[in-house]
Amino acid sequence: MSESSPAFADRLFLGATAREYARGLLTPGNLAIAGILAVGLPVLAYRFAFGLGAATHLSQQSPWGLWIGFDMLCGMALAAGGYTLAAAVYMFGLKEYRPVVRAAILTGFLGYVFAVIGLLCDLGQPWRIPYPLVYSWGTTSVMFEVGWCVALYTSVLALEFLPAFFEWLGWTTPLRLLGKIELGAIVLGIVLSTLHQSSLGSLFLMAPGKLHPLWYSPYLPVFFFVSSIAAGLAMVIVESRISHRLFHDRTEPARRVDVDRIALGLGRAAAVVLFAYVFLRLQGVAEAGAWRELATPWGAWWLVEVGGFALVPSFIFAYGSRHALIGAVRTAALLAIVGVVLNRINVSIIALHWKNPLVYVPSWMEIVGSVTIVTLGVVTFRWIVNRMPILSGRGSALPSTR
Amino acid sequence: MRIGRRSFLKTCAVLGATGAARALPASGPAAGAIAGADEGIGVLVDTTRCLGCRSCEVACAESNRLPEPDRLGDDTVFDAHRETSERQLTVVNRSRAPGEPRYAKSQCLHCIVPACASACPVKALDKTAAGPVVYHEDRCIGCRYCMIACPFDVPKYEYDRAVPYVRKCTMCPSRLADGKPPACVEACPGGALEFGKRSTLLAEARRRMYAPGSTYVPTIYGEHEAGGTSWLYISDRPLESFGFPQDAGETPRFETTRGALGAVPFVVTLWPPLLMGLYTASRRRADVAAAEGAPGEENGHE
Repeated sequence: MSESSPAFADRLFLGATAREYARGLLTPGNLAIAGILAVGLPVLAYRFAFGLGAATHLSQQSPWGLWIGFDMLCGMALAAGGYTLAAAVYMFGLKEYRPVVRAAILTGFLGYVFAVIGLLCDLGQPWRIPYPLVYSWGTTSVMFEVGWCVALYTSVLALEFLPAFFEWLGWTTPLRLLGKIELGAIVLGIVLSTLHQSSLGSLFLMAPGKLHPLWYSPYLPVFFFVSSIAAGLAMVIVESRISHRLFHDRTEPARRVDVDRIALGLGRAAAVVLFAYVFLRLQGVAEAGAWRELATPWGAWWLVEVGGFALVPSFIFAYGSRHALIGAVRTAALLAIVGVVLNRINVSIIALHWKNPLVYVPSWMEIVGSVTIVTLGVVTFRWIVNRMPILSGRGSALPSTR
Repeated sequence: MRIGRRSFLKTCAVLGATGAARALPASGPAAGAIAGADEGIGVLVDTTRCLGCRSCEVACAESNRLPEPDRLGDDTVFDAHRETSERQLTVVNRSRAPGEPRYAKSQCLHCIVPACASACPVKALDKTAAGPVVYHEDRCIGCRYCMIACPFDVPKYEYDRAVPYVRKCTMCPSRLADGKPPACVEACPGGALEFGKRSTLLAEARRRMYAPGSTYVPTIYGEHEAGGTSWLYISDRPLESFGFPQDAGETPRFETTRGALGAVPFVVTLWPPLLMGLYTASRRRADVAAAEGAPGEENGHE
């Protein structure tokens, strides 16, 4: 925290006057963002005014599309860096990763918030979203469990993010109070993440006749949980690189973080997790007795996903982190992210209706809607990082990390 | 050395999760053993008696205040297989098998343990004690998980409406409450639909099937499908020739998620002490390192 306490407007406009700040916003990047939002926000408004049928290519045969497959499932998997890093730093005491925890938690928090916004777009009656929490409990449903966990975990992520917010405002009393519950929040966050990251996979256990045997497995929850750890690690590698490059001036020189060294360490963990994940997927094929399916076009597609985007990045991670090849580790992280996205899209869309002659292809409005939601997330991330102490290498005051 | 210990702990964490999921085998009561299931009501469809007149479609539309079925009285309607829709809760299809034409209506089969009701996060779909699987539209949030879960692809969604609902046959619960059979059963002129207690219908189906000179295929569709359904079909043509799914399996869909849902209390009770143990251990390690002033330990002091 800075000793002086600048006026709120100064904090908001980063020390500039409102006019200077507004003028400073006129950059090519911001114009592109404005362009996306100028198209995207009316598209989302159109979806709510005229319904899902008018805006999407969802059908009776394909009830779930891009907004569930990408915004919800990929959004939550890629936001798993929050709990993965929180567990590594606070529970396992790997404090060398502390400098990237805040950014990982912010990515997680915004990832969840915008995944829920994607869900709101997809729900037929989004204004009823609190119903599973307060109105009618469908306790036999995996969706019910996911709903509760996501609602609770998003709240926990908000609690984990709040210290940076209060430091920004210079409010010390709530900061102290948060410090008291921080450990509990982190444990609760890991428990809730374990539950719903796996349950997002359990959702598809109900569709044994629909999901292709190469993807259907009683171990779906384990696949989803383990791959979410890989996705979280890969996202932290990529996100910390981008953040520390773009927001270089936001990090105090005395606290400048060696993101490369952190990436190498995370890469080593990702290599192990991805390798285990590939073997679990093979076990899934063995369990289903689906080896013969590997010789079909669906098998080729499975090999692209599991071989090309899980096994290959696992080896690159291992080689890169062993020989301190930071470029290789970042490449592997990008491949792993693509791999997890492919997996979620396969399970929820492509391989789910493999017997269905009608192929679902998202409408342009669904794609624009997803792009808009991601853009809103990036803009919010940038707005917060530019103001609050996210990248400055601080972390919690928990004793294990001092 | 330190790396070794850490990777060991990570491995333990992963194995712990795997173990928790594996420790709970998905086993449950066999389909026929669900208490009271056969005492619920149902309908027996005998396709050898169906004339293909589509009176059931008309009666269904009237009873549910839906638009009149398309191409009434036009036999070309049978040329292509039709699915039920949000505006047509039952449709009659012609068998693709050779020989005399055979017809069968399709609609919700009203499972004994319905996948849709197990999947619904708000109990909007619900199995009543009497037998029908009903829909409480005041609860539905529109997640459409029922459509993913249903092994027969029965629930349909009103995509075209700004305030949409799920639509499917609910077996006319208000008529049942008045002591009347479902509208389609009452309208059937050929006696192809028989309404009654499931156990009675099963016995009747077997009686017809094993009568001398019977030409019936010796299976009752719905007796075991997806754990058993309230609607039962017998036919002298293979049921797949009417477009009925053959991959529904014999266990209720609920069984597939039983293990995963059963693991929740274990994760909730076992994870926190495990994590706190890890926390205490890593904290102690940090304290010892600080006391010894170990130069190798990184420090990020405030």
